[in-house]
Formats: sequence, C-alpha cells, structure tokens
Amino acid sequence: MNEALLSLLEENALATPETLAAQLKTTPDEIKKQIKQLEKDRVILAYKAIVDDERAKRTHVKAVIEVRITPEREGGFDRLAHRIAQYREVHSCFLMSGGFDLLVFIEGETLQEVAGFISEKLSTLPGVLSTATHFNLKTYKQQGVLRHKVETEERLPVSP
Amino acid sequence: MHLPVKPTSSTSPNDYVAEHVRSIPRSGIRDFFEIVQSMDGVISLGIGEPDFVTPWHIREAAIYALERGKTGYTSNLGLLRLREAISEYVATNYRITYDAATEVLVTVGVSEALDLALRAVLNPGDEVLYHEPCYVSYSPSITLAHGHAVAISTNEADEFKLRPSALRAAITPRSKVLLLNFPCNPTGTVLTAAEVKEIAAICCEHNLLVITDEIYSELSYGEPHTSIASLPGMRERTIFLHGFSKAFAMTGFRIGYACAPAPLIDAMMRIHQYGILCAPIVSQEAALEALRHGRNDMLDMREQYRLRRNFLVDAFRKMGLPCFEPQGAFYLFAGIKPTGKSSHDFAFGLLKQEQVAVVPGTAFGPSGEGYVRCSYATGMDQLEIAAQRIKRFIG
Repeated sequence: MNEALLSLLEENALATPETLAAQLKTTPDEIKKQIKQLEKDRVILAYKAIVDDERAKRTHVKAVIEVRITPEREGGFDRLAHRIAQYREVHSCFLMSGGFDLLVFIEGETLQEVAGFISEKLSTLPGVLSTATHFNLKTYKQQGVLRHKVETEERLPVSP
Repeated sequence: MHLPVKPTSSTSPNDYVAEHVRSIPRSGIRDFFEIVQSMDGVISLGIGEPDFVTPWHIREAAIYALERGKTGYTSNLGLLRLREAISEYVATNYRITYDAATEVLVTVGVSEALDLALRAVLNPGDEVLYHEPCYVSYSPSITLAHGHAVAISTNEADEFKLRPSALRAAITPRSKVLLLNFPCNPTGTVLTAAEVKEIAAICCEHNLLVITDEIYSELSYGEPHTSIASLPGMRERTIFLHGFSKAFAMTGFRIGYACAPAPLIDAMMRIHQYGILCAPIVSQEAALEALRHGRNDMLDMREQYRLRRNFLVDAFRKMGLPCFEPQGAFYLFAGIKPTGKSSHDFAFGLLKQEQVAVVPGTAFGPSGEGYVRCSYATGMDQLEIAAQRIKRFIG
C-alpha cells in the first residue's frame, strides 16, 4: 500500500486523508499514520508547489552545470557531492554516468549571482576539475507537469 | 403492415422518413445533453469517454502519418499491418486466434462494427437478445437492421449480470443472436469465467450467434477478463467486437474492429465496402502505434480509474446510497431509490440545483429506473466536488 499511497501523493500532495482512504479502501486514520511514518523515515522528504516562473513574473536565473570532479579515496564522489549539494544556490545535484560526474541545478536572482557562485564557490572547491554551465532559456515541462495544458474544452458534457 | 404512401406535394418532409426509422426514439442522453450544454459551471459525470487525452506517442504517430503523406484509402478490411497487430493482440490478451488476412475487419468505431454485424446476420424479424440496462444504441441498431430487439432485464441484486435462467426464458425459435457487453456500459458489471461459460453453453445448445462488444475489456479491475469467444465451441459462433476508444483514450479517432470466422467477416466487409469504404488511414496508423507501444499508458489509466471508482463508491455509500462496486468500465450505476425520486427527476434536479450532470438510468432501458449512471472518467478534483454537491442535493 505504501507504493500506492506514494504515487497518489506524488500526483497531488494536497489530497485529503479522507479521499486517499476512499481510493485505497482504508481509513483516514490509517492514511495519516502511514504518511507520518513515511515522513519520519524520510521516504517523503518534503511537499512543494510546482510554480510556473513565467506566469509568476519571476526573473531569476536557472542553470544546469556539468561538473567533473576527482573521486576521493574511501569517500568516492560522495563527500564532495555533499559539499556541493549543501550550497543554498544548488537546487538539485545528481551523480551521473557519462562524460561528467555531477549534474548540478542552480538558481539565483541575477546572472551575476549565478556566475559568482560558479566562479568563486564551485570551481574553486578542491577536487572540482571543470564546469560547463548551461542557462535555462524557457520551460516547457517541469517535474512531469506541462506548462501548457492540452486543451480539451470541446469535450462533450454528456455522451453515451 | 400497410404499404407506405408515396408522399404527394401536400405531405410534410417527415413523411419521407422510413417507418422503421420513425419508430426509433431519440437517445435519452441526447435530450439531457442539450440541457447540460446550455448551462455553465456544470461538473459532468455524464461522459462515456476517457478524460485522458490520447497518449502523446499515439497522437504523434498520427501526425507522422500525415507528414509522410498517408492520406489515401486503405484496403477495405483495413491496413494489413494493423490487422496483423490486432490479430496478435487478441491472441495474446484474449486467447483467440484470428487470421489477419480474412478474419479481422477494421471499422469506424465499434458502433460501425456492431451495425455491420447485425446487418450481416439478421433477416427481418430475427430476434436479438441483449441484457438491459445497456448501451443506448443496441436496441435501435437492431431495429435499423430489421431485427426484433428482445431485452433481458438484469437487476442490481444480481449485480446486473446476465443469468442463465433469464437467458433461457427469453429464447424462442426466432432467437438468432445474443448481444453481450461485459464489462458493461452503464453498469460496470463483469462476468466471471464461470459465468461466461454458463452463457456459452446455452448459446451452443440453442445455436445462437454471439455478438460480443468487449470495448471495455482492458478496464477490468478484478478477475482477468474472459472473452466468450475463447471458450470451446464458441469461436465459430461469435463475432468479437473491440476498439481503441476506451482503453487507449482514442474516442475521436473512431477505430474499432471485428474478429470472426471468415464468412462472417466477408459478409460484414461487403456492407462496409459499399457504405464506408475504409476507416481513416491516419486513425489506423495511430491505432497501430497504440497496439505496439500503448500498453503502459493503458495500465496507468486503468489504475487511475480503479482509484477513482473506489472513491466514488465510498462517497455514495457514505451518502446512504448503497451501490455495488463495479468491476469494469468506468461507470458507477448508482441506485437512487432511497431518495424517493425517479431517475429522471434525480438527474434533472441534481443538474438544476447543484450543476452536476449524471445520466438517468432510464436512458439505458426501462430497467435502469431507480439508477443514475455516473462516469468516473473525470479527474479526482472534479469527482470530489461532485460528491460534495450530490451529498448536499440528497440532504
């Protein structure tokens, strides 16, 4: 049941315990208990809104950085990846296969802020070999949600 | 029967309409639809089609087909590639083998396939048995094919299943066809393998041809679906109808198909050939993509429907309207007898007072009185609001 509950929450974290209970054929109290446990176990890390920056008229800057780093004896990539991930500017950080090691998603108020972070903080970390930065120009889909809804307004209200 | 009078200059245009067409009532859904359409802010549980847009890769396949200039006719039977894919799909999922070259016909929706099947097999006055409440077009389609429609009422105590005793009681020497639709629109009823077997035995015993409309078969939430055509002795007496509208959310593409022994498909093809020519090629290309790569989309949608069903059944039960849990399709056939209202009054009252559209059960035949059909092919957010409004309406 955990998996089913997680899928539903991933779809809509605001679903009420009553609705979730009806869908999963259990009680609201059981749902609340399970969610508490999932939060306690840090299976559920957080609940956030997915915001369309353009409609929210936000002008901040987003970039993706490919980072090559030197793996350390014993720690491998983890220690350095953790150091990078903890910066406030870093939104997401993944270890990747392929031509680079870490894929780092960052956000800043201005281009200068992002540039400063990369040149002064990220590149200068011991173990960071190189960075390649790509700035976001436009968002079409984020976290599984399309920016533009597919219009289905012509759907008939009643049909056989 | 009196001879139709050839209209003179003083007759009205209506006099030109054929008698058997005049006798057909308009669909009860149609009347309701027109009222709903004139209102704002309506949450509709009245829709018999998936709320999902056709999965992107299928739409993209249609676009690609246009880009490659696929704009011509196809074989009357449909694209051979598509028929081969259908044959394989039916063999894998329903355990029935049909020859793609001679035993599969691609049609414009299952509606056309049903019409072809009836017209291909009925002589005037032949009786077609069907279980009711049922899809709105069955009785008129039979009438238009000059058959005699014989409804077999089913009831909620039996979960609207077609029972052997009821079937036997309806059979006469003129009975030729049994029309089945499980999972059923509007009730969501399914038959278990054992129940299908009982029906099949009666069909063999009475030499009935079965036309089985299995458009909702992928949307079965409990026991895996059993097609009557897969049972011993049934393949040669069954026309298996299926399509892409429900499982792959492709209603507007209008692609269905019929599988049956070659002589029956040939008979249907002759009608199709002169009346329709072929199903649209772009839609056929899209259907092929659905069969090749659409399984995961279908499974995702089915899971969504199942969860919504759970929610809606629970909501009705909490309102004091006990309803049986449908095991297929995406409809809840909710009993509203405890409210003391007729189906018509309930549906129209609910629409007027709370702007929620449900379809009166009587649209699906007289045995639908006391019920309304609620489609859960609607997003959870809408279902939640609809449930609150229905609760308020009942008071």
